[in-house]
Amino acid sequence: MINWVSDLLFWLFFGAILYSLRHQRIFWTVGALGLLMLFNQFFTPGFFHVQLLDGHFYGSRIDVLNQGAKVMLLSLGMVLVIATGGVDLSVGAVMAISAAVSSRLLVTEHQPAGIAIAAALLISVVAGAWNGLLVAGFGIQPIIATLVLMVAGRGVAQLVTEGQIINFLDPTMVYLGNGHLFALPFTVTLVLVMLILTLFLVRRTALGLFIESVGDNYEASRYSGINAMQVKFLVYTFSGFCAGLAGLVACSNIKSADANNIGLYLELDAILAVVVGGTSLVGGRFYLVGAVVGALFIQALTTTLYARNVSSDVSPVPKALVIIAVCLFESDVFRARMAPLFRPLGRIFKPLGSRLPRKLVTALRHDSPEP
Amino acid sequence: MIHLNPKYIPLLATAAVLIAVFGTGSFLYPNFGTPRVIVNLLGDGAFVGVAAVGESFVILSGGIDLSVGSMVAFVGILIARLLQAGFDPFLAMGVALGIGTAAGAIMGCLIYFFEMPPFLVTLAGLFCLRGLGFLIHPESIGIDHPFYAEFLPQLSILVAPKAVLPFTAICFLASVIAGTFVAGFTRFGRYVYAIGSSESSARLMGVPIGRTKITTYALAGFFSACGGVVSTFYMQSGNPASFVGLELDAIAAVVIGGTLLTGGVGYIPGTLMGILILGLIQTIITFNGTLNSWWTKIVIGALLLIFIVLQRLISRHATQPA
Repeated sequence: MINWVSDLLFWLFFGAILYSLRHQRIFWTVGALGLLMLFNQFFTPGFFHVQLLDGHFYGSRIDVLNQGAKVMLLSLGMVLVIATGGVDLSVGAVMAISAAVSSRLLVTEHQPAGIAIAAALLISVVAGAWNGLLVAGFGIQPIIATLVLMVAGRGVAQLVTEGQIINFLDPTMVYLGNGHLFALPFTVTLVLVMLILTLFLVRRTALGLFIESVGDNYEASRYSGINAMQVKFLVYTFSGFCAGLAGLVACSNIKSADANNIGLYLELDAILAVVVGGTSLVGGRFYLVGAVVGALFIQALTTTLYARNVSSDVSPVPKALVIIAVCLFESDVFRARMAPLFRPLGRIFKPLGSRLPRKLVTALRHDSPEP
Repeated sequence: MIHLNPKYIPLLATAAVLIAVFGTGSFLYPNFGTPRVIVNLLGDGAFVGVAAVGESFVILSGGIDLSVGSMVAFVGILIARLLQAGFDPFLAMGVALGIGTAAGAIMGCLIYFFEMPPFLVTLAGLFCLRGLGFLIHPESIGIDHPFYAEFLPQLSILVAPKAVLPFTAICFLASVIAGTFVAGFTRFGRYVYAIGSSESSARLMGVPIGRTKITTYALAGFFSACGGVVSTFYMQSGNPASFVGLELDAIAAVVIGGTLLTGGVGYIPGTLMGILILGLIQTIITFNGTLNSWWTKIVIGALLLIFIVLQRLISRHATQPA
């Protein structure tokens, strides 16, 4: 009974959010997430079950939030990089470096957790700045420039851990990925804080505008007085920082640093999250919240597949189909070609719409002017 | 002074690095400079090499193919499963090559018709093929077909005393020769270079963009599938979990081989040299014995960086008015 009520409340809340977003680009991303949840509501038993244990919430939806934290953090940096028309392939390797540095300092060098975390983040920022130097300073294509660190980064991480898997039990480090705050996993708070900080940085200052203009037209922004080189350098550095945070969360989750596997293929998930979130790979306009919701969508998809007993090895197939579907709908050519197919549907729905009482229609579209 | 065409500089730089790395190895270790080491280099790098030839075409056309590693693993498990089910080896290879080429062609169609970025489409191909490999069979299958156990070893050639050129190396050299011919001496090859240099100029010149692009990705799929076939010769098994990240080695070999990642400039023999350089680094680290394998990644990353910066300098030099 209680579950039934809480589900209903969840859907009312979700519906309200969706309705308030109906004129925005991220409507489609949130809607896709909603469709996936709706599917789970009816066809995956236990997916909506949430229980309170020792004052913490547990359940599949909480898992999605907790497990999705890494990709959400990565996507925050990645969306800004993609907005400038670039891409950062090295985030997975930077995660591995950050994990390796922090656990090496903690375990082998016996440093306090604060120093370990600060050093890991500093190294990640340096790694990001290195990418920025190659892309902005030397003018190398982003895919290639970040490929260097993607290949070499894992080697560096293994060098730091000396090829060992370092295990740690330090309470501060373990808390980062496993602790609870406000009855929810700490990672949720971490992601929210980072999201709000980033939103503030790009939407309350001119930085966001600069990033979009650099991605739209590098030369034009340079001529209009924007330090385009600096903007590019900054976004790669920021992406490095986000990757460092994600790396700390990833190694804290499993209480060990495995330089070979931490962050493996996560750069692809992050890029996917950004694209699902509505940002085009060409650069320009970007959707920060969309990217985070995109990351949630990907994690929800993965969790759904696990909950339905699809083997983790086969789960890339549906993921690939989703990428293709999303990209197809993003492609102008595809939409133009598909438009004739949907025209008959329009012919059915339009007369229906015009038959509705006028007052109802105007009430729904409160932003349209009264006739 | 001999006039040097700037388009050969990256290729010559690659050759210089190859000689330098080989010279260092021979100087440091007494048994390094033997035919046996060279033969092993060709044999061990064969499946990456064959796939890298296909990757070269895609990169020459200005695109990128990330699906290589998954394709090699997929074809490997497909052939192993078909042989287990009692198929004729040639039929199994034919089916695998056909599916590989078709997969490449589908990716090419998505890229051309819907103007989707090659990066994303081949990324989807990477996920898809990896998953399909696991759908065929979730675990490694050994190949004990008489064709593999008895016939293939007879195909190797004794090139020098104690140095047997394995059949995988012969496949590799054959695909490099075929690739060089297609890229340098056919109309299709010209079209690929033209599109890679400037797609809009190529279109204005009347190059059939769609046909060439789709054929390029189909060709890359074919070569990756060939790499998968060669991997079954080499491993005598198929494993859906293997060859993760092989595409990075292939791309690294192409770049170190002097091919410009922006497209339009590069030579297939450069890719052969790139594969040999990657193999030599690995061999030196093995000969040393005290260096760990992660140094391989760092050295490859550093080499990549050097070549990318070199290419950047050359292209900047070339675009400046003389």
